[in-house]
Amino acid sequence: MKIHEYQAREIFKRYGLAVPNHVLCHTVDEVEQAMKNIDHLVVIKAQVLVGGRGKAGGVKLAKTKEAAVQAAQQILGMDIKGYKVEKVIVADAVDIEHEYYVGLINDRNTKSVTLMVSAEGGVEIEEIAKTNPEKIHKISINPQIGLLDFQARNIGMKLFGNVKLARQAARIFQKLYQIYMETDSTLAEINPLVLTPSKELLAIDGKMNFDDNALYRHPEILALREVDEDEQKEIDAREKGLSYIRLNGNIGCMVNGAGLAMATMDMIKLYGGSPANFLDIGGSSNPRKVVDAMNILLSDKNVQAVMINIFGGITRGDDVARGLIEALNTIKTNIPIVVRLSGTNAEEGLAMLKETGLTTVSTMSEAAQKAIELSGSKN
Amino acid sequence: MSILVNNNTKLLVQGITGRDGQFHAGKMKEYGTRVVAGTTPGKGGEKIHGIPVFDSVEEAVRKTGANTSVIFVPAPFAADAILEASFAGIDLVVAISEGVPVQDIIRVTPVLKQNGTRLIGPNCPGLITPGESLIGILPGTIFKKGNIGLMSRSGTLTYEVVNMLTKNDLGQSTVVGIGGDPVAGLYYLELLEMYENDPETEAIVLIGEIGGDAEEQAAEYISRHVTKPVVSFIAGQTAPPGKRMGHAGAIISSGSGTAEEKIKAFGKANVPVAKEPSEIPRLLKEKLANAVI
Repeated sequence: MKIHEYQAREIFKRYGLAVPNHVLCHTVDEVEQAMKNIDHLVVIKAQVLVGGRGKAGGVKLAKTKEAAVQAAQQILGMDIKGYKVEKVIVADAVDIEHEYYVGLINDRNTKSVTLMVSAEGGVEIEEIAKTNPEKIHKISINPQIGLLDFQARNIGMKLFGNVKLARQAARIFQKLYQIYMETDSTLAEINPLVLTPSKELLAIDGKMNFDDNALYRHPEILALREVDEDEQKEIDAREKGLSYIRLNGNIGCMVNGAGLAMATMDMIKLYGGSPANFLDIGGSSNPRKVVDAMNILLSDKNVQAVMINIFGGITRGDDVARGLIEALNTIKTNIPIVVRLSGTNAEEGLAMLKETGLTTVSTMSEAAQKAIELSGSKN
Repeated sequence: MSILVNNNTKLLVQGITGRDGQFHAGKMKEYGTRVVAGTTPGKGGEKIHGIPVFDSVEEAVRKTGANTSVIFVPAPFAADAILEASFAGIDLVVAISEGVPVQDIIRVTPVLKQNGTRLIGPNCPGLITPGESLIGILPGTIFKKGNIGLMSRSGTLTYEVVNMLTKNDLGQSTVVGIGGDPVAGLYYLELLEMYENDPETEAIVLIGEIGGDAEEQAAEYISRHVTKPVVSFIAGQTAPPGKRMGHAGAIISSGSGTAEEKIKAFGKANVPVAKEPSEIPRLLKEKLANAVI
């Protein structure tokens, strides 16, 4: 789960990190109101759940109320990588001597939380990793003892070469680690961390992602969630025990298991078609789930054929077939449906399905080719 | 031989009185796995499918000599169950539970290392040495004893491939589902080493998917250390970036973790990548034929 910059700033502040003040605004009027009490340089920043706002023109400096209003007019409503800007922050601008990068991630390889810092702040870390990997300093944190003072100080020394600033930075790294662990983050970035001419370190941008599997123990984080239409569909599906992601093709897929579902999409592409979605119904033949899944699939108007790909494992193929028949009896549609059933008791299952008039096949390849043919869309 | 589990595996089922624990304890026993005990706090003294239930793992280990455990408890309690098994002296813990917070696994990892416990999963279907021991939720009927070692981040995709292997008379030494989470227990490198050293394994199938760079590392490891033939398959070539494809670990983030990069890495390591799962038996047979010459 992602949150906005202003929400990350608020979390940072709550934990005592130094963050310049900001006001959240949804309209140009609100920006004008906010500027009434401000007589210094501000920065108007688009709040969208996607990176690259600066390059897209979503971040502008303003010296006066008039300039701020003008910037807000340009930014509000703007489209950034498919996200419409519905709010901005008016944040105090600060004098910058240098910009740094500070980030925490879950590192799959070391199986630990890793702190990454760089003196090349203000750009995306992936960019630094590509162009100047030697300029990223990393440390894996042992969860039993946390980020120790000397570790934080030493990595601070690498950035500043000055123990006073290194100590100041160390406190920021440790605080960010505390936030990270206490909120079950999967990413926490301060980018940039700014050094001002008066030798203060300020977090002037924040980015945080959270572990969906841990949201159950963080209602305060869950309350920050904002979703668009597609994501709402994904969340609704998850509540029904389904994992659904919409794509742009015309062949709807329904599969048991995530890996097999990905392989099914790939196969449709391999044979020249285009998958409309990823849909994993999990390991059950429950007719209710099949009905829910079909309803989601058919709500996508691009879908011209459906490919159901089930591998019967512990759940036997005849049980799966019974579930499908029961489910498909309640769904009225003209869209052609191809069912592929394999694994335990697949033959019995396929025989039962034949009587229903559905197109049945026994391999994935056949199913993909048949679905493409029936969608009449081979391109 | 085989890897990780065999006839000597004495299995404990943690969460045996729950719906899934109960069902799969029965299936595993039916398959022939030596299921010696189950645990559920407060249910000690009961029996499930004739398997004695204990209140704690410590007691179960003391009274039955269990050396491996499989975990069916709900995700919020999985980390505690893993640690309970570890402190009771269990050698291998297999966590089936799906939806375990990543930081829970990060926290248990150094403790398992100190205790010398090996973990498989979480969010995995388990593992099997056909004809000897099945641990987890794998459908026993599709497996056949043989010489192919297989490891995979996905459950049903594994069954799909195993089913084809068996139909093509390519039996399996040990099949391991390593799970779909970003941070998990035993992974490709450890397993590649075990398969390489296992006399019963003649060739290896590696089933990967998008997210992370474990496949790239495996490719590198194979080119340096593995002499046995390896064939792979990567799922998720059509997955859009930034979206989690069912598995918590299956996500392309900031352009890395793509199927394309993984396929390229295997190409460099001379590991054929099947275009579709049904190609795997043929690729294996070709590799095995060349290996004999």
